[in-house]
Amino acid sequence: MKALCYNSVKDLRVENVPDPEIISPKDMIVRVTLSSVCGSDLHIINGFIPTVKAGDVLGHEFMGGVVETGRDVKKFVKGDRVVVASVIACGECHYCNQQSYSLCDNTNPNAYLPEKMFGDTLAGIYGYTHAFGGYAGSHAQYIRVPFADNGAFKVPEGLQDDSVIFCSDAFPTGYMAADMANIKPGSVVAVWGAGGVGQMAMQSAWLLGAERVIAIDREAYRLRVAKEKSKAETLNFTEVEVLEALKDLTGGRGPDCCIDAVGMESSGTGIGYAYDKAKQWARMENDRPLVLRDAIMACRKGGTVSIVGVYSGFADKIPMGAAMNKALTFKMGQMHGPKYIPRLLDHVQNGDVDPSFLVTHKMGLHQGQQGYDMFTLKEDNCMRVVFDPQKSLQHG
Amino acid sequence: MATIKIRSSEFIDRGVIKPLPTGSSYMNVGSTERIVSAAAGLALMYFGLRKFSMPGLLAGAAGAALFERGASGYCPVNNLVQRGPAKKSVETAEITKSLTINKPRTEVYQYWRKLENLPTFMQHLESVSQTDERRSHWVAPVPGGVGKISWDAEIVEEVENEKLSWRSVLNAAVDNSGEVLFKDAPGDQGTEIYVIIKYLPPAGAIGSTVAKLFNPAFKQMLKEDLRRFKRLMEIGEIPVSEAQPSGKKLAFGDTTHDKIEQAYESPLL
Ligand SMILES: NC(=O)c1ccc[n+]([C@@H]2O[C@H](COP(=O)([O-])OP(=O)(O)OC[C@H]3O[C@@H](n4cnc5c(N)ncnc54)[C@H](O)[C@@H]3O)[C@@H](O)[C@H]2O)c1
Ligand SMILES: [Zn+2]
Ligand SMILES: [Zn+2]
Repeated sequence: MKALCYNSVKDLRVENVPDPEIISPKDMIVRVTLSSVCGSDLHIINGFIPTVKAGDVLGHEFMGGVVETGRDVKKFVKGDRVVVASVIACGECHYCNQQSYSLCDNTNPNAYLPEKMFGDTLAGIYGYTHAFGGYAGSHAQYIRVPFADNGAFKVPEGLQDDSVIFCSDAFPTGYMAADMANIKPGSVVAVWGAGGVGQMAMQSAWLLGAERVIAIDREAYRLRVAKEKSKAETLNFTEVEVLEALKDLTGGRGPDCCIDAVGMESSGTGIGYAYDKAKQWARMENDRPLVLRDAIMACRKGGTVSIVGVYSGFADKIPMGAAMNKALTFKMGQMHGPKYIPRLLDHVQNGDVDPSFLVTHKMGLHQGQQGYDMFTLKEDNCMRVVFDPQKSLQHG
Repeated sequence: MATIKIRSSEFIDRGVIKPLPTGSSYMNVGSTERIVSAAAGLALMYFGLRKFSMPGLLAGAAGAALFERGASGYCPVNNLVQRGPAKKSVETAEITKSLTINKPRTEVYQYWRKLENLPTFMQHLESVSQTDERRSHWVAPVPGGVGKISWDAEIVEEVENEKLSWRSVLNAAVDNSGEVLFKDAPGDQGTEIYVIIKYLPPAGAIGSTVAKLFNPAFKQMLKEDLRRFKRLMEIGEIPVSEAQPSGKKLAFGDTTHDKIEQAYESPLL
């Protein structure tokens, strides 16, 4: 089959790779119909997350049709249309029992890598480096889905692929961001990053009862979408002083809930940005925590900072004094997909949220590099490029 | 010579581990064993040093020791041992590791107690068979598929669902002792297991260097064995990811992988 593979930093290639096979009785094979780019892929492609190797198939946000099931798969039969959580969870360990699926003890065959990097093992994630299990990703015609009964979900009749695919990753991530943000009646929620994850966080904040939602980004077109689709007030940090503006907008209090949907590759304007960029370039600091710093400084006393933007290593100059003395709560994590996906599918079915507006470009795998370049540079009003891996067939 | 301690056993509140290794690797090497030792040693050295991986290095080091023993006909420290028991100067290495398994204590204990099960998660074992109530026979393949090492062990203490300790019998080729404790994990989280293994590195002086060099690797091996045990108990399988599509394995061989492993000093896989 064809698959979009990492070759080296910022160099992706379509390769012929062997078709996946059932290895464990709990596996199933899915023929991928849609597979999306995600901000997380950029950290890999830009070389900030180690343990990726040439030939690794990328992609973790996907849906498709079941073509083969292992003998222990109970929930699915051949022909089922499914959306699959990007994290791989066993369903049996202590963490899975608590629905903290991304902390699963058992699905990472390379447990020793995160143990060295982070002090403990973490769940496997499709197409997301060897530290996260070394599983082949979804930018391919077929994918092996291990622990299928836990990670895959049947798509309700009548829903379009475009409305469903983001229930794999961007929507549960945004939803979890809002879930962790401790939203109460009257809460003002600020969301840094108006990408797919940020947009889903904004819409989820409304679902969870936010009073106001404020979006912060630099890309005018994304802020426009935040306003139109996610009903947010918007701040462009290249035009206004964000901390001041957030105070001014909230009666001097600051937002109750601050969501970081940007992560380690945030961009900025001031001296802090130059400092971090230089350090990150020299690989002295993995993470450029501009948003995290702002979120802490902006957050209301006693408020919550909820982090779903990905950090991979060490971050400098975190204002712990502000966090401690303002008694902030920090919540964070890779998303616990299977915990949220059923209710998100309900929301999509009920028409509460339709994430299909995130699909701005559809391509074949052979346009993989082009798609990622466009997504990286935020060209042509790109929100998310979604690949149809079957399409690349014609281009052999 | 001092005992090499990675972490003291007292640390986990259970006293010093009782069964000490017998010191059998310091015994005279008989003629049949000599031939086997030398052959296995050469094979180990060859296969071990050819491939720069941690199991490879281990095999290489063990191979050198075995070869020396086989070729010379006696252990380098033979004289020393013959002059008196002097067991206090025997240099043992100790590795400890604990892990929580989300299953009831009886289930976890019973699986372990059936010693025949051990090779399902102890990667370096081929088989274990219980020969009588206390004794068992252990077989491990020599890396490279050119032979086997085997030895006998006996259970020293057994408290059902709580504790199991063993030691290899006199003259065992792999001289070791160990203890596993099984405790209820707090808050309904299943079972905590605590494992201590003591072993006498082969062939005295060489052995001690080997032990210092490789103790972290042995510890990692034990860790990976226990992780496999946990996964078998919790999900009935050991998940894999490498046996699946990648765009480079076919065309270019698997070179980056080695780099990753070196960067992270990965001992396994
Ligand atoms: N926790 C999880 O499980 C999970 C899952 C998916 C994605 N993520 C992470 O979420 C983050 C966003 O993902 P995405 O797909 O939406 O990415 P994206 O690249 O589409 O969006 C990121 C947005 O942040 C904006 N931005 C950059 N610097 C900023 C700053 N200083 N202030 C405000 N906005 C800034 C960019 O302009 C861009 O619009 C990434 O870090 C990604 O790794 C986490
Ligand atoms: Zn993602
Ligand atoms: Zn689990």
